[in-house]
Amino acid sequence: MSEALLSVRDLCVDFTTYGRPLSVLKNVSLDVAAQSQVALVGETGSGKTVTTKAIMGILRQPPATITAGRILYDGRDLLTMPKKERLALRGTAMAMVFQDPVRSLNPVFSIGDQMRTILKYADRRLGRRRTRTQRMDRVLEVLGQVRMREPERVARSYPVMLSGGMCQRVLIAMSLLSEPRLLIADEPGTALDVTTQAQILKLLKKLVQEQHLALLMITHNLGVVRETSNYVYVMHKGKVVEQGRTAELFAEPKEDYTRQLIAAVPRLTGGMTFGTSEAAR
Amino acid sequence: MSGPMLRIENLTKTFPVRNAFGRISGEVTAVDNVSFSIEPGRVYGLAGESGSGKSTIARMIMGLTRPTAGNIYLDGLNITDAGSGRSRRGKVQMVFQNPGSSLNARRTIGQSISVPLDAHGHPRHDRARRIDELLEMVQLPAEFAERYPHELSGGQKQRVAIARALAMPPKLLVLDEPTSALDVSVQAKVIDLLVDLGRRLDLTFLFISHDLSLMRNFAQDVGVLYLGRIVEAGATADVFEKPSHDYTKLLLASVPVMSAEEEAMRPALPLVDGEVLTSDRLPVGSNTSFERLEQ
Repeated sequence: MSEALLSVRDLCVDFTTYGRPLSVLKNVSLDVAAQSQVALVGETGSGKTVTTKAIMGILRQPPATITAGRILYDGRDLLTMPKKERLALRGTAMAMVFQDPVRSLNPVFSIGDQMRTILKYADRRLGRRRTRTQRMDRVLEVLGQVRMREPERVARSYPVMLSGGMCQRVLIAMSLLSEPRLLIADEPGTALDVTTQAQILKLLKKLVQEQHLALLMITHNLGVVRETSNYVYVMHKGKVVEQGRTAELFAEPKEDYTRQLIAAVPRLTGGMTFGTSEAAR
Repeated sequence: MSGPMLRIENLTKTFPVRNAFGRISGEVTAVDNVSFSIEPGRVYGLAGESGSGKSTIARMIMGLTRPTAGNIYLDGLNITDAGSGRSRRGKVQMVFQNPGSSLNARRTIGQSISVPLDAHGHPRHDRARRIDELLEMVQLPAEFAERYPHELSGGQKQRVAIARALAMPPKLLVLDEPTSALDVSVQAKVIDLLVDLGRRLDLTFLFISHDLSLMRNFAQDVGVLYLGRIVEAGATADVFEKPSHDYTKLLLASVPVMSAEEEAMRPALPLVDGEVLTSDRLPVGSNTSFERLEQ
């Protein structure tokens, strides 16, 4: 944990609704070391998405206010650095893959156009120069990296012409455009069929290894946590309630909440008994 | 009363495909010669991914879509062409996937529940009592009758949807992904409630889902749907422990699991060059589930 690529320290976020402040994150701390795979797991409303939005700097303020804490990337505090420097990091050094692949893409521009635009602005922020054709080459290269069979055809396509799984791979390709070191994936398989989800998770794992990425996986699915991470943080009601190496935490959860959460997951081996109306209340 | 609660024979549904000018240019087979039956009091699971035809089957059972061919028998009665009306009345009800959109936002919970009561001629003077009774059945406080859907959590809304489905006591409850919009801890409680109600009210369930882990624990029998066909069916434990069809193996191999024991249960991925089901239903150039995993 000494040399964390990303380090969130005692992050507190309030939301102001109807004039009243509501504490949404309470002293959240987490670390993602370079080239490590970390999961952040929690149920609806636990604060996992707010945490990632704060890290990416896309939390809308207001209604949100970051009241305390630090977010260190490579040792530098994202919350206090000049806006321009922070913008240069977003989408480049740290990139994010969102949950709903179809709605995350603009329906009226082709995949290639959207990706070239992203790359153009990323280059501009980083002060890099590239010609149009060089940019297109890079777009086709990352589409190939996400195992698209015909990158040229995909680049010419519009989102409606692609399946959900292909759109999700396009989003992953977009996040890779500027060779990030940290990839944040927010429920990347949730909107997809189970076989497609398996394929996306497999792809993410491969990419993380090939490109030496650090992965922060946000999910509510404990099975996904087990398959994609070595270290896990469990969030509940805005707090990190438990953390540890994934295998150990699953084998011996210490907190009541984690224990209940793990017990509520139906297993492929069966053995869950329903209808003991005690639990139904 | 002997014989199955629901029997489906050679059920088929084709939809016309129209070209850009609205001319019929072909047809797709959404449900292809499907047969299965459910014995009274049992939970039958239909497992399948999007496009497998599982919701079309549910709609045909509910009388919302007319089958192209085949027969549907409910409690021994042929209801294939009965529409959504009389002969289904009070015998089969459905709980939908998204409780947020299946409840009318402008109606109080009590008003929503009273719609089926009024439609089926339940005496007006008894309405309030029956609503209280139904809310109690799904373990919600009686004062929820005055609330609006937005004041309720997802799990509470799904309980209301269940109460509404029980208003005219059905024999068969069709559950279309009833918990896929809910958190796991809430899911366990809703399923608990359903099993409890099933026992108390002698219900039979058709449980439609893509969640194999949940199906393993809830359904006693399963049918695995792929491209409109049932490719494998049997007792849940048998199908899960000894899957014989490649698609079933593929589905089981894709489930993210939580323990080494479960991992051991997942079959090795079937060979891709084995028999691959194809269909005219797949858009040109798209992959079947088999091809997807190959990459």
